[in-house]
Amino acid sequence: MVSPIIEVRNLTAAYGDAVILENVSFDVRRGEVFVILGGSGCGKSTLMKHLIGLLSPARGKVLIDGGDIHTATRAEREVLLKKFGVMYQGGALFGSMTLEENVTLAMEEFTRLPPAARRLVARMKLALVGLERFSEHFPSEVSGGMQKRAAIARAMALDPAVLFLDEPSAGLDPVTSAGLDELILSLNKNLGVTFVIVSHELASIYAVADRVIMLDGKTKGIIAEGVPADLRDNCPDPFVRAFFYRRAPDAPSGGMP
Amino acid sequence: MEFNRKTGCLTLDETLEAAEVSRRWSLVGGGKSPREVNAAALRTCDGAGLAFLWSLRGPAGARLDGLRPEIAALLRPFDSLPECPAEPVEHDRSLLVHIGHATVQILADTRAQIEFIGEFTSTALACCAKPRLVRWTDMWLVAQRAGVDALVVAGMVSFLTGMIMAFQSAIPLRQFGVDIFVVNLVALALLRELGPIMTAVVLAGRSGSAFAAEIGTMKVNQEIDALVTMGIDPMRFLVVPRVLAGFLVTPVLTIYSNALGVGGGFLVMMGLGFPFMALWNQLVSAVAMSDVMTGIIKSLVFGVLVAGVGCLRGLQTGAGASAVGVSTTRAVVSSIFLIVTVDAVFAAIFYAIQW
Repeated sequence: MVSPIIEVRNLTAAYGDAVILENVSFDVRRGEVFVILGGSGCGKSTLMKHLIGLLSPARGKVLIDGGDIHTATRAEREVLLKKFGVMYQGGALFGSMTLEENVTLAMEEFTRLPPAARRLVARMKLALVGLERFSEHFPSEVSGGMQKRAAIARAMALDPAVLFLDEPSAGLDPVTSAGLDELILSLNKNLGVTFVIVSHELASIYAVADRVIMLDGKTKGIIAEGVPADLRDNCPDPFVRAFFYRRAPDAPSGGMP
Repeated sequence: MEFNRKTGCLTLDETLEAAEVSRRWSLVGGGKSPREVNAAALRTCDGAGLAFLWSLRGPAGARLDGLRPEIAALLRPFDSLPECPAEPVEHDRSLLVHIGHATVQILADTRAQIEFIGEFTSTALACCAKPRLVRWTDMWLVAQRAGVDALVVAGMVSFLTGMIMAFQSAIPLRQFGVDIFVVNLVALALLRELGPIMTAVVLAGRSGSAFAAEIGTMKVNQEIDALVTMGIDPMRFLVVPRVLAGFLVTPVLTIYSNALGVGGGFLVMMGLGFPFMALWNQLVSAVAMSDVMTGIIKSLVFGVLVAGVGCLRGLQTGAGASAVGVSTTRAVVSSIFLIVTVDAVFAAIFYAIQW
């Protein structure tokens, strides 16, 4: 059996004394689109920051491809960091660089590719997200959806096995958002990239997710795990069903609004 | 990867990744690029490898033999990718073009400054008519940060400058036996020129830059737009309190620095054996009220200039994080430039009216 690409074991996340998540364990399998769901303020972003090593777990561990980023030495850490790319919620593109320069930056630092090769690879990554005509533009000169796609191209610069996307469809119109979903699926299918996505956009969850976990702020843990359509129809937890049906949790069951 | 120069045939290995591509990139587009590529063994290929294959096939015009369908599929999205445009060439502009661009830039900048001054003046007059319009709590907060918090650094600079001037001038003046005139030198130089200038430069470095960074960040985060659409004039909300604070705080800081500077000079002179009263009498006889007033009038103008320029540069901020840095630098540089220029103008005016 193939080992999972990300293993989270008994993770407890806390800011000082305030515990956000307690004793969370799950796996992300190679090549799947994995979505982390949950209401606002339930610790989705906190969990993601633990996965990518920006925050250290209070207890438990996070393994990416078998390596623990929090205990790794400097050299091990560098190897681990190249296994994943991150798209931040606002894009976090470098405003003083063109889109192409944003993508070439990591190649400049970590490979010995000659400049012409770097530029070509960058343009190919931008072509994958449909932005080849905008390689000379600055982030402030393109739309919000384009910035997100450029951020995905930048995250893919070193061909990582895993891409983390933080709220990819936040602030996008449904059409652009659907385009982004398609992009995620095509990258997943054609390049075999594993996706870990933090989201609460129902439409895009149904479109892309192979498996989801749902976090809950009250129990500080995972309240559901599985295929989204299955959870919607068969999950015993009323809160989970309420989430998938988009209604207030204490609404009487049965009748649809 | 093996390249047979005679047949022009390149045989690929099982993997084609960035490390190898970096070593063999010279095969692409050189005079002796491969005509034929045997890709039968190739199984895994990263982004750099794809770029390599794409360049061999496209611009270099080689034939790819035996490429596995899954890798051919990876290449397919790039079929219509246009060739890399050449590295943008820096146009060799003539001196005349440079001068023209610089002139237009300076004129545009001057225009922006005049607009700013006009807009500020009208807002400030409106605020004078209705003092309720001024955000007084903001004003006091800025005054505290720009004034009270600057006491240590402004005082230190003046005190040491006074000491250094006294020390350096005492030795040559002693050779003429007029070392008591050190007091005249230190006091006049500080009160008329150095006190206001040094205080204004400290203010530019501490507060002008802070105004530019603060307002610049607000601009980048669209907070200024938010103010405008809420119907709140940024000029009244942000600029007036800051300029007013600069106007009030700078003279006070200047008087304080003057006192400490003269004190520093006195300390050195007392160390050299002069009694305090002798120094004090010399000071009173050397300094006229006009000297003190000259410095204070200047400092009022400097305070408005530094605060105003800080706000102007902040409001002119472009997009992105580096734009805030540019604005901050421009705020400090323009402030210092203006301080010195205006000081020269004052020198000419005071000379003309014999003050």
